[in-house]
Amino acid sequence: MRAIITVTGKDRPGIIAGVCVLLSESNINILDISQTVMQDFFTMTMLIDLSACDKAFAEVSDSLDAKGKEMGLIIRVQREDIFDRMHRI
Amino acid sequence: MHNQKEILATIDMIDNQHLDVRTITMGISLLDCCSDSVEVTAEKIYNKITVLAKDLVKTGEDIEKEFGIPIVNKRISVTPISLVAAACKETDYTPIAKALDKAAHTCGVNFIGGFSALVHKGMTKADINLINSIPSALAETERVCASVSVASTKAGINMDAVKLMGKIIKKTADKTADRGGFGCAKLVVFANAVEDNPFMAGAFHGVGEAECVINVGVSGPGVVHHALKKCKGQPFDVVAETIKKTAFKITRMGQLVATEASQRLGVPSGIVDLSLAPTPEKGDSVARILEEMGLEVCGTHGTTAALALLNDAVKKGGVMASNHVGGLSGAFIPVSEDEGMIEAALKNALTLDKLEAMTCVCSVGLDMIAVPGDTSAETLSAIIADEAAIGVVNTKTTAVRIIPAVGKKVGEIIEFGGLLGSAPVMPVHEFSSADFIARGGRIPAPMHSLKN
Repeated sequence: MRAIITVTGKDRPGIIAGVCVLLSESNINILDISQTVMQDFFTMTMLIDLSACDKAFAEVSDSLDAKGKEMGLIIRVQREDIFDRMHRI
Repeated sequence: MHNQKEILATIDMIDNQHLDVRTITMGISLLDCCSDSVEVTAEKIYNKITVLAKDLVKTGEDIEKEFGIPIVNKRISVTPISLVAAACKETDYTPIAKALDKAAHTCGVNFIGGFSALVHKGMTKADINLINSIPSALAETERVCASVSVASTKAGINMDAVKLMGKIIKKTADKTADRGGFGCAKLVVFANAVEDNPFMAGAFHGVGEAECVINVGVSGPGVVHHALKKCKGQPFDVVAETIKKTAFKITRMGQLVATEASQRLGVPSGIVDLSLAPTPEKGDSVARILEEMGLEVCGTHGTTAALALLNDAVKKGGVMASNHVGGLSGAFIPVSEDEGMIEAALKNALTLDKLEAMTCVCSVGLDMIAVPGDTSAETLSAIIADEAAIGVVNTKTTAVRIIPAVGKKVGEIIEFGGLLGSAPVMPVHEFSSADFIARGGRIPAPMHSLKN
């Protein structure tokens, strides 16, 4: 299963590192990353592959959410299908 | 990979524009629950529902989490109870309503629809029993919704049923007067009722349906409103095109949820209802979309045309995005559930007569409207008859969900809270329709119903 992670909030060092460590611990592979910073506002979208992940989706989602709170950011993970359906025919 | 703009646009719709799936409704046939005793029937019904729908809420929540899209309601609709209870020797079907209510609590759904009778051509003994049980059934349960179909394009208008429903609405309001007539918020009187509607209070599982199906209702007035803000001053062609594109996106997401839910529950997917269903929250209003098109206040001249365009464009945009379209599909105009409608009614811009005109072009009918508590049963029946006539002649679904606000006068407000919102009491015509309603009988079906 593939999913999209989005991270938004005030830029600071270690955002990508923080998210990547968490993903690697869950055996989640990162397929693509895109990042922009506009006037201190950080936005990152990341395509991930959960097929080798040993945790339930809800657990991954909760730990990313907790990580976001810890870093003062909003981190969410959503299955890729929702973006496919909405923006592709 | 998707471009970042698209991803963030979707997230913005969910976070800031109230995009959600309004309901996943499981339709369950209860035809095999018949028996000659109300108690036994009630027990069979409880058992069947709690087995089939035991994972409904959990599945909805899982999908919500994985896709990051709110699924506001999980609900159940069942076979019209007048059919299921027809063999019972008792005449009071309230115990069945209580079993439905208990099943709803056990499964964790917030509404269960189907305490219903289809009497558009005539009433059986069981239909009359059911209708007479409605006031106590709605007063003694929390989550049960009732509906009665009193007219259809094929059959005409059953004026005996229309007459009876005026009295039943009054009784239901009296029995739930301590809760602002809450019972009436769960009671719909239909013309051209549909068998696969996922939205409450009018949902029931028709006899032409399968054993168990999943129907999904999408929503998103806020998303449409937001999209229209970008076409200020543009001609209506642009407006229609923008609504179509937005409706397409919303519906694709609804179809995804419908497919996913049906796979996970092992239940066939029925229909997606392409609706714009408002909530009382700011930014989730159909009235505000109409105002965005250039009307100072919803209800002023031009409102019906604006609503006609909206209703049509929502369907055109949504139809290609879903496998099977059904239910009511269109823009809902429930007064108490729409922050913009409430404000328009308080300004006297939106009147009952204008709402009636709007129901010619919206998805359903007069919805969640509070009228003075001293409105007569005959006047309520006459309002139902007018609405049914619109549905019958225009071959569309219309409905009346009206709340006589016991002890309240025009201008006062009744509060329901939650999704049902609050309703300003609106004036009705004071001249009598009593002799008209007293006639009874059936208004014949229109000429264009003869299509064979």
